[in-house]
Amino acid sequence: MPARTFIDAIRETLATEMRRDPSIILLGEDVGKKGGVFLATDGLWAEFGDERVIDTPLTESMIVGASIGAAINGLRPVCEIQFADFIFPAFNQIVSEAARMRYRSNDGYGVPMVIRAPYGGGVHGALYHSQSVEAFFTHVPGLKVVVPSTPYDARGLLRSAIRDEDPVLFFEHKKMYRSVRGEVPDTDYVVPLGKAAVTHPGSQITVIAYGLMAHYALEAADRVAEDGISVEVVDLRTLRPLDTETVLDSVRKTGKCLIVYEDNKFGGYGAEVAAIVAEEAFDYLDGPVTRIAGPEVPGVPYNHVLEEWFMVNPEKIVEGIRTLAAY
Amino acid sequence: MATTRGSDTSLAASVGLSDADLVEMYRYVALARALDERMWILNRAGRIPFVISGQGHEGAQVGIAWAFQRGHDWIAPFYRSIATCLTFGMSARDILTAQYATANDPSSGGRQMPGHYGSRAQNLVSVSSPVATQLLHAVGIALAAKIRKTGQVAMASMGEGSSNQGDVHEGLNFAAIHKLPFVFVVENNGYAISVPAARQVSVPNVADRAPGYGIPGVVVDGADVLACYVAARDAVARARAGDGPTLIEAKVTRLTGHSSDDQQTKYRSEEELATERARDAVPVFRAQLRDAGVLTDEIEARLSSEIKAAVEDATDYAEAQPDPDPATAMRHVYADDAGSSD
Repeated sequence: MPARTFIDAIRETLATEMRRDPSIILLGEDVGKKGGVFLATDGLWAEFGDERVIDTPLTESMIVGASIGAAINGLRPVCEIQFADFIFPAFNQIVSEAARMRYRSNDGYGVPMVIRAPYGGGVHGALYHSQSVEAFFTHVPGLKVVVPSTPYDARGLLRSAIRDEDPVLFFEHKKMYRSVRGEVPDTDYVVPLGKAAVTHPGSQITVIAYGLMAHYALEAADRVAEDGISVEVVDLRTLRPLDTETVLDSVRKTGKCLIVYEDNKFGGYGAEVAAIVAEEAFDYLDGPVTRIAGPEVPGVPYNHVLEEWFMVNPEKIVEGIRTLAAY
Repeated sequence: MATTRGSDTSLAASVGLSDADLVEMYRYVALARALDERMWILNRAGRIPFVISGQGHEGAQVGIAWAFQRGHDWIAPFYRSIATCLTFGMSARDILTAQYATANDPSSGGRQMPGHYGSRAQNLVSVSSPVATQLLHAVGIALAAKIRKTGQVAMASMGEGSSNQGDVHEGLNFAAIHKLPFVFVVENNGYAISVPAARQVSVPNVADRAPGYGIPGVVVDGADVLACYVAARDAVARARAGDGPTLIEAKVTRLTGHSSDDQQTKYRSEEELATERARDAVPVFRAQLRDAGVLTDEIEARLSSEIKAAVEDATDYAEAQPDPDPATAMRHVYADDAGSSD
């Protein structure tokens, strides 16, 4: 099975899906001839042409709003927001329009579209090229939110997202684009939305993570294994709908739960996971539901010392695991 | 909808329509007004909690919508678009079930406020409350029409206040770059709730902004139904030919408060309101059609009785329809939430 980088898996999946379904179009800033600032769409303009790979003006609201219209009139748009940090001008279109169209029209109109956006820090991107924005959208019924962590999942989940009948936000950690490799079959497999994966079985502590943090959680699990702490890592893969069954099964088994996310802690996605675990698995808990997450600053600072201070890393997760294990 | 015959009046022939077209257009204008007036009565009688009105906009809406191909082209309307929706195929019952928010209200099944019309069957995009978002939907529909080569034209309409939103700039720019089959209609009634257009728009006409996008901007008198039709007909032809979008600004008037929760005499003088009545398309169009011999006593009597019957029927029908069942309220958040009892 060929090993591919995370970004190759995404690019090849876009290409194979576009070959399969002529109704798929791509829209975004620099997605055409340049192939995207990260090259996630490299080569697609050459293969599919101006009509299906559209370089848009710098207008995020238009990218999403016009995609909603295109979806209503028979296309399947996959739009790219160049950095997740720049998604906010499109917030109204995503939350007020795409998310609510089916509900408010009583199933008259659906919006099958995907919004891809690179997110996350650790790449010297500072406040406006590093943000984790998932919590703004996981709050919203009508949206689906996906955060893959491996090339295999990126392909399988992107296929599911494109073939879904509802709007899907697909967040790709930009630090993983070229640093993460993995085997990706050339078959037409899908990874269903809403299914988490246990990526490291264990018995004493459940660590729940997604995206880059799913990798750091695995690293931390390996390190504490040397101390005899058995960690089960759950990679959520899809944040909305959340696979509560896999989460709760694991926590009921281990009795302890640590949630890891890169976004600042307060009101972040992990807060919802913690609340669900507390509500649904209270009788099984042998310690507090805890979280390792970013600090309460309004963005990732630039200087490398400050950025390292901000970022969750395997060491911080190891520390969190040890503290919880001591309960 | 344009079918001319040799026997048609010179008025109809002057705009390439038949007398029958003009009578039908008048019927929609008058029906929209009659339904709208009924909505206010029902509101004041405590039967429906909220009304947002199209009174003063009907002539422009019918004239413009008449230029589009029903069941083929697309319209992304706004909350005053009663006449637009009627012209594009929604029925009087459809409009009044929306006021009552009944289970079978085709716009939303009782989920949205009155005025938020929409119909998949009629290519009318579901209306929301954040203003001007629909322009981008119509632009995207036009993009898909161009890519899919369907020959469709998409139109979005809104008021002059809404036209200040950033989505309008983003959408017009994109539609102009790609010469999309798109028509932007601004129904300028002079007020954004309470704020006059002079405090909303920095130029005399919203259409003055069109050259900034390299597209034609046309100002029409919204009380002149046929001028509105001609402007839209030309814009649709241009769009369908691949020559890109047009901005049409119809100067209309708002004969009612912003909504049933607004008292417009707080910010508009009685004199102004009296003057504005002269710009009402309903009597203007009627007089024009009577002068031209299109509208006779006989035809008027027939229309009047048809419209009265349609309004009574729609009221009785909507009154009798059940509320939505809360057991259905979780349906259609996603495509697979259809529910087994659908």
